[in-house]
Amino acid sequence: MEMPAPDARVMARKARLVSRLQEVLPDRSVIHDPMETRAYECDALTAYRCPPLCAVLPGTTQEVSDVLRICHEEGVPVVPRGSGTSLAGGALPTADCVILGVARMTQVLETHYNDRIIRVQTGRTNLSVTGAVEQDGFFYAPDPSSQLACAIAGNIAMNSGGAHCLKYGVTTNNLLGVTLVQMDGTIVEIGGAHMDASSYDLLGLICGSEGQLGVVTEATLRILPKPEGARPIMIGYDSAEVAGACVSDIIKAGVLPVAIEYMDRLLIKVCEEFAQAGYPECGALLIIEVEGSPSEIDAQLALIGEIARRHEPVAMQEALDKDQAARIWAGRKAAFSAVGRISDYMCLDGTIPVSALPYVLRRIEELSVQYGLAVGNVFHAGDGNMHPLILYDANKDGDLETCEALGAEILKLCVEVGGCLTGEHGVGIEKRDLMGVQFSSEDLEAQMAVKDVFDPKWLLNPAKVFPLANSETRRAS
Amino acid sequence: MKPTTETELSEAVAQANGPLKISAGGTRGIGRQIDGAPLNMTGLSGITLYEPGALTIVAQAGTPLAEIEAALASEKQRLAFEPMDCRKVLGTSGSPTIGGVIATNSSGPRRVVVGAARDHMLGVRFVDGTGRVLKNGGRVMKNVTGYDLVKLMTGSYGTLGVISEVSLKVLPTPETEGTLTIHGLSVERAVAAMSAALTSPFEVTGAAHLIQSDAGSPETLLRIEGFEASVAYRLARLKDALYAFGDVQTSGAQSPSDRWREIRDLAFWADCADDIWRLSVRPSDAPGIVARLPAGARVVLDWGGGLIWAAVPNATDLRAELGSFSGHATLIKARGEVRPSIPIFHPEPTAIAALNAGLRAQFDPRGILNPGLMN
Ligand SMILES: Cc1cc2nc3c(=O)[nH]c(=O)nc-3n(C[C@H](O)[C@H](O)[C@H](O)COP(=O)(O)OP(=O)(O)OC[C@H]3O[C@@H](n4cnc5c(N)ncnc54)[C@H](O)[C@@H]3O)c2cc1C
Repeated sequence: MEMPAPDARVMARKARLVSRLQEVLPDRSVIHDPMETRAYECDALTAYRCPPLCAVLPGTTQEVSDVLRICHEEGVPVVPRGSGTSLAGGALPTADCVILGVARMTQVLETHYNDRIIRVQTGRTNLSVTGAVEQDGFFYAPDPSSQLACAIAGNIAMNSGGAHCLKYGVTTNNLLGVTLVQMDGTIVEIGGAHMDASSYDLLGLICGSEGQLGVVTEATLRILPKPEGARPIMIGYDSAEVAGACVSDIIKAGVLPVAIEYMDRLLIKVCEEFAQAGYPECGALLIIEVEGSPSEIDAQLALIGEIARRHEPVAMQEALDKDQAARIWAGRKAAFSAVGRISDYMCLDGTIPVSALPYVLRRIEELSVQYGLAVGNVFHAGDGNMHPLILYDANKDGDLETCEALGAEILKLCVEVGGCLTGEHGVGIEKRDLMGVQFSSEDLEAQMAVKDVFDPKWLLNPAKVFPLANSETRRAS
Repeated sequence: MKPTTETELSEAVAQANGPLKISAGGTRGIGRQIDGAPLNMTGLSGITLYEPGALTIVAQAGTPLAEIEAALASEKQRLAFEPMDCRKVLGTSGSPTIGGVIATNSSGPRRVVVGAARDHMLGVRFVDGTGRVLKNGGRVMKNVTGYDLVKLMTGSYGTLGVISEVSLKVLPTPETEGTLTIHGLSVERAVAAMSAALTSPFEVTGAAHLIQSDAGSPETLLRIEGFEASVAYRLARLKDALYAFGDVQTSGAQSPSDRWREIRDLAFWADCADDIWRLSVRPSDAPGIVARLPAGARVVLDWGGGLIWAAVPNATDLRAELGSFSGHATLIKARGEVRPSIPIFHPEPTAIAALNAGLRAQFDPRGILNPGLMN
């Protein structure tokens, strides 16, 4: 993955920049010692690393505004950062950039149960948003597997999803307002505790814009009352075809589970070894969760069971108690870490129409053989968001390149069947150069025109999302 | 002009040498009256793809809403966001189209739980003000590839592009529904009751309050949908939970949906000669805002208080009467020409207005798409 060469003129002005930033920030909030900037050299796409010129950790919206105004005046690129768990290289620095981290901005600013909202600073982690309201019976719905670490800032930038999005939607469906600081330091309030925009849906535009339109410092989020209860059922099949048909029949029957997760043989084995979740041995495992009162759960699971049995499962087991339910989910949520224990891996994130599932899984298997790298599959089956995990050896010459080539083939396949390159992880640098597979250059022009409005100098996270060739003239100007 | 293909549409826009006035069903006459060569979208019609097992439908923008709803109904599915049928309250005729629904981000009572039209939009194809055919999003449920122009186009009233095709997430139609009714609550108590219902775990999918109702006294309505046994169970539990609000009546399956359709469409204001405003507010602010409405105003609360419909005397500058509040007010219907001093859409703060103007300049550099409609 190529990154633009750093601007030598900017790098030569480091000392001046650092002292200007120190003037507006409290002590120890400007990190510029090369030993310390290393901490910010990558996100969770660890194959790519580059220490930034410096990193700043402001504590207030005003400080963020001051930092951006200075960087704007100095013509220095800024890469916003939450917790650095992006799998797409969204928070990857360049050598001439300032990393603007919101990790110190973790306050809850307001909780209002009757309005069903919470307002937080965006450095707060996803899980601790729920943590702030759960004693009162509420939760924040989007639940990326990384929720212990990832920040609301990154969730908004990537429009992150999670296992329970089938029912509750992704970040954009649960976001009501933001405080956005534009590159020139202008602070704007968009949305709030009310619903929908009066004119253009700028909130919808900002969510998922990967830190390229502004820095989000505060957010108003929808919180929901916890359901009376929830319980998963595991259903095992021999083949992807049958599992796919079962999912489609469940949806057509009018049941809407909160989650339908899928794992293939490789992932079942690896997760079972890691988490002792009690998974059956089979070719395709579905974890389906429903919510409600005990009797509602029983009724829904009975209906799901009836549909599942028509497809002749090789295993079927309801979670009998909370403990078992927690273990089933622990296995699924640990999927990436479990694979990480046995191998280096690259995690893809394409979405496909659910109907194309069997075909796509078959093709992935063929491609895996062709490229000589194992691929495991774990994904959100209800909405077609795949997570093929390509296993490779980072220490073996050429393996990363083979892995990337295989990844590109799989993503092209997703687009070919009517899907897209990324369902929840974002484009970052990882899928940047594949954007042309999904979009015409005019489609990309239209998106870049939006950035022109918010950040005319193209200083915010400039080398991401758009193929470098497409964004070159804008970045250079 | 009445293009029948996207290519014809693109040519029509590219060759236009003055303002275009985009219309389809002509049922949602919201926004300032504008002049322009009529661009009729009803020629771009038809469902292009419907996959019930994937909960997705794709249709050309001019497709009648009725056609889409019929196709979905045959598979026991629906557009969950409950788009409003404006014909009764605006006194329009014609047949609403899906493009009109999306261009106005039209959503009904269920919006409070399932989201607005914008939350169900998966993809869009449109022609910008220079005639370029563009696409964004797609037909899959989860998609974060590039910027979300789908949301930007939804609710932009045709001022950023002419929508040619939309793809939407659909949901199963529940087996049955039931409604709880409480009579005689003050606005404050009604909002409290609706909040209690919406913060309960019983999945209320409608929470509205009619201040002047046929029953003579105010009515607060709460809707629950789902499988038969589950609806009965949740109605009973919710009724218990609301005992402090007085007598709670249950109307079972005998078609409460008619009531909800009336609320969605403001059908009871069909012959209303007053101006009608739509306010999106913070629910807990609703009682205070209702108290500041001019005397004689008629009021309906939806979304648990988050949406206020107000019918007020003609030419009232409602925003001036209310003073500042968090949220926004849109003038939906007015008799005669609206005074230029009363903007129809809520005026935005300078920084946001600048961003909006910047976007308009990018997508419609000649300013020919419904110019002035959103002023
Ligand atoms: C083990 C693991 C599991 C994961 N599981 C999921 C999953 O289930 N679902 C899912 O969707 N994702 C998942 N992810 C991906 C990742 O956690 C999400 O993308 C997350 O939202 C990133 O949050 P972050 O705070 O770490 O952001 P970062 O990695 O710090 O940044 C991500 C992007 O956000 C931008 N950004 C950060 N802060 C701001 C700000 N204040 N203003 C504007 N832009 C900003 C950055 O520039 C960057 O482009 C997973 C990652 C890992 C490592």
